[in-house]
Amino acid sequence: MAAPRAGWQSATLRDKRTETDRAATLHLSTDEWPGHRAGQHVDVRLTAEDGYQAQRSYSIASPPEDDGDVALTVERLDDGEVSPYLVDEMAPGDMCELRGPIGGWFVWDADDGGPLLLVGGGSGVVPLMSMLRHRAALHSGVRARLLLSARSLDDALYADELHALDAGDDELDVSITLTRTAPPDWAGYARRVDRSMLEEVAWPAADRPRVYVCGPTPFVESVAAGLVDLGHDAGLVKTERFGATGS
Amino acid sequence: MERLDGNAAAGLLEEVFAREMTTAMETCASCGNEAVVATTHVYMGDIGTVLRCPTCEQVLMTIVHVREELHVDLSGVRRIDLR
Repeated sequence: MAAPRAGWQSATLRDKRTETDRAATLHLSTDEWPGHRAGQHVDVRLTAEDGYQAQRSYSIASPPEDDGDVALTVERLDDGEVSPYLVDEMAPGDMCELRGPIGGWFVWDADDGGPLLLVGGGSGVVPLMSMLRHRAALHSGVRARLLLSARSLDDALYADELHALDAGDDELDVSITLTRTAPPDWAGYARRVDRSMLEEVAWPAADRPRVYVCGPTPFVESVAAGLVDLGHDAGLVKTERFGATGS
Repeated sequence: MERLDGNAAAGLLEEVFAREMTTAMETCASCGNEAVVATTHVYMGDIGTVLRCPTCEQVLMTIVHVREELHVDLSGVRRIDLR
């Protein structure tokens, strides 16, 4: 007997927005989206004409407050099986299969409180963006800080929106570090996240912030170890690693 | 193979257990360590997924796809506490 494959539903691309040279946000609509929590992801499955299937996980970028569509920001991996199609080829009206929302651990609800420390590497900022949009949608006064690590300003996802959120909210601070190339007049950090950067950006450990770290495995492990080294309670540091491969 | 964590296996685990599993606690049969599923070490390959204990790296669980079938080996887990 075939194993159950519960939970897959078809989704239609309603709108696609270019975020960077390598990333796009896909607005997908489904017949029955049960709603999600900030930080959750979905599995996306593509089926080729010959029946070959490939599936990957992508974090949800939209906040729970958005009705109807679910937005995924996807970064193209040049040798990927799924992301080049999603970023470059999939057009409005095209369909894929979706399963989710998935995950109940790497989530933040405004009721959880703060202070909040979010550290994202590359497209690891996507679930953190859902948290910040959730926080903004509810006009939550939870104190929040985001540290985003990107290769260059052109690669930094949501830079304009983050700047606007930061400028209009005294309780939010956004820091960006550029690890490869920075503009000549760049006033932010321009190196990989290290202990001294975390010490400057993070809330003091005594404030017991809720910490969410997402990015490639080496980034996540280095940041999490740095925070624990600074005295943060490992039990309050939630991590989500992503890689180039999926099942 | 790149090491991920239990979050990456959340969809697959939901397929197996028919509920959200990343918040569940697993006790390693080898070292007795308790770990939230989201924090376990996960390796995902074409034929299957392996969850390892984040403390001792022993295999907790393997989930193998064979065509439409799923084969789950739980012998590395002493107990699972759902919450």
